[in-house]
Amino acid sequence: MSVIAARRRTLPGFGLTMGLTLTWLSVIILIPLAGLFLKSLELSPEQFWNILSSRRTLNALRVSFGLAFAAACVNLVMGSVIVWALVRYRFPGRRLFDAIVDIPFALPTAVAGVALTSLFAEKGWLGAPLAALGIKVAFTPLGIFVAMIFIGIPFVVRTVQPVLQDLDVEIEEAAGSLGASRWQTIIRVILPSLAPALLTGLALAFARAVGEYGSVIFIAGNLPNVSEIAPLLIVIRLSEYRYADATAIAVVMLVVSFVIIFAVNRLQRWAQSRIPAR
Amino acid sequence: MTIEVKNLVKRFGSFAALDGVDLKVNDGELLALLGPSGSGKTTLLRIIAGLDWPDSGEVAFNGEDALAQGARERHVGFVFQHYALFRHMSVFENVAFGLRVQPRAVRKDEATIRARVKELLDLVQLDWLADRYPSQLSGGQRQRIALARALAIEPRILLLDEPFGALDAKVRKELRKWLRSLHHEINVTSIFVTHDQEEALEVANRVVVMDKGRIEQIGSPDDVYETPATAFVHGFIGESIELPVQVEGGVIRLGDRPLRLAADGLAPGASKLFVRRHDMLVGPPGSGAFEGAVQHVRNFGPVQRAEVALSGGETIEIDAPRDRELRAGDTIGLEPRRYRIFAGA
Repeated sequence: MSVIAARRRTLPGFGLTMGLTLTWLSVIILIPLAGLFLKSLELSPEQFWNILSSRRTLNALRVSFGLAFAAACVNLVMGSVIVWALVRYRFPGRRLFDAIVDIPFALPTAVAGVALTSLFAEKGWLGAPLAALGIKVAFTPLGIFVAMIFIGIPFVVRTVQPVLQDLDVEIEEAAGSLGASRWQTIIRVILPSLAPALLTGLALAFARAVGEYGSVIFIAGNLPNVSEIAPLLIVIRLSEYRYADATAIAVVMLVVSFVIIFAVNRLQRWAQSRIPAR
Repeated sequence: MTIEVKNLVKRFGSFAALDGVDLKVNDGELLALLGPSGSGKTTLLRIIAGLDWPDSGEVAFNGEDALAQGARERHVGFVFQHYALFRHMSVFENVAFGLRVQPRAVRKDEATIRARVKELLDLVQLDWLADRYPSQLSGGQRQRIALARALAIEPRILLLDEPFGALDAKVRKELRKWLRSLHHEINVTSIFVTHDQEEALEVANRVVVMDKGRIEQIGSPDDVYETPATAFVHGFIGESIELPVQVEGGVIRLGDRPLRLAADGLAPGASKLFVRRHDMLVGPPGSGAFEGAVQHVRNFGPVQRAEVALSGGETIEIDAPRDRELRAGDTIGLEPRRYRIFAGA
């Protein structure tokens, strides 16, 4: 009797769900990743280093991470503006715009790539006027940047939106009646409240852009050392049957991504700690 | 600072939140806006604060047009019903906010700000909570911090929207007393909104009773309680017995029974008779204007509350002193010590 009482929990099912969680995460994520590391062990440290320090690999990594970060930053700013408009104002077509935000989630990335390429090609609707200004988007790193912005935007919008919805308008009214200008209200009251969500959105948009393949390869031009992204280089190495080379690049991407996301996560935790739960 | 409101109208769609409101608030007064929900009291408060704008009408502070200014320029302290504290700031920073966002030219130095915040936290008796976050405070503490934050800017007017609405009964009572003594101390013109008559009557110097976007009566707590100006005020403030009566040829009738009550100066037609529950005096059957049978009796401390079925068919509740024991089944006579009759059904 007392034994049973002691074992009772208010939320039953811990053993079952925890077991399923661990099994599932292992099968879906951990074992494939471990395989990746094992495969790269076929290389000697020297070979590993040579592959990574080759000019082409370094440039591909630079293109992938650099542009992904830049695109995530742009998405952070523009996504916040979009969230603001969608949450704080009522205008005709609001729900339509709200739905449009999700399109990059749902659209096959290859379709997005083809659409963006034809749009920004030298004779495309946007490409032609830009070409007249001397700006070339398609088949340049700028094209990669555009594709990465496209696929990342919903991550920022969808993470920040519910948090802003929860943020009471009264808070802003209070700041205003205490003499804060609109700008001071945004900087001192709204942004700090949104900071954790903004950082999460940034991390997600960045992660997505780093891993993006489908839409980017159509618009990138894929010029080695200039507009070749790391995932494409991996595919190229695979098609050349240089599996170990491919895994070496993959391992580096994995580690760098992990470090960056971990750092953003810590930053997000720190921001969250400044807003204790209600 | 005096506040003058003239012919204020505010509509939300087809709903008239304010339907021609005129009000004068004297310098240093503590005024209550009392009314049921939807009566327009919060809308009026928000318009005075500059958080809402009227469709037409005037608001003047010391004779100066206030509608020309935004909330930021009006220098009005506003305390929100749900406090609206900044969750990511400590109590100290919440109170300091209004001082830190001042234009650089008039902004105080850090030491002055600290001293001022300390002083305000002392005033609300919560200096020991300076480093906590709002989420770590109780409702009553949050409310007092919200008040300290509003006072930090040395407001010309203090506005409080249902200041005790979200608190439990005991804390409410304490804070009421505290607010009154605080107002006595700082003496800034203050308006608070409430739907709780007891709160309005206990705290305010003057009470404004509102209903359906209009002011029904303005007066001292005694005035609105003792001499209600309209049927609505009588029904809303204090516990009243309300009986539909007919006034005809100098006679007041309840149903088809004439009542032995003076009808001098009353307009003929359907009217409403109001009596306070405790103003119905119990006598032997046959005495008094009404007669009825006691249905239930419950005891409430110093009084017994009896449900009485009048011979006219209406059932009323009266509060009688405990000295004359009432029992269910008794037939009694009832005489209103004081009553008011308002024309209209």
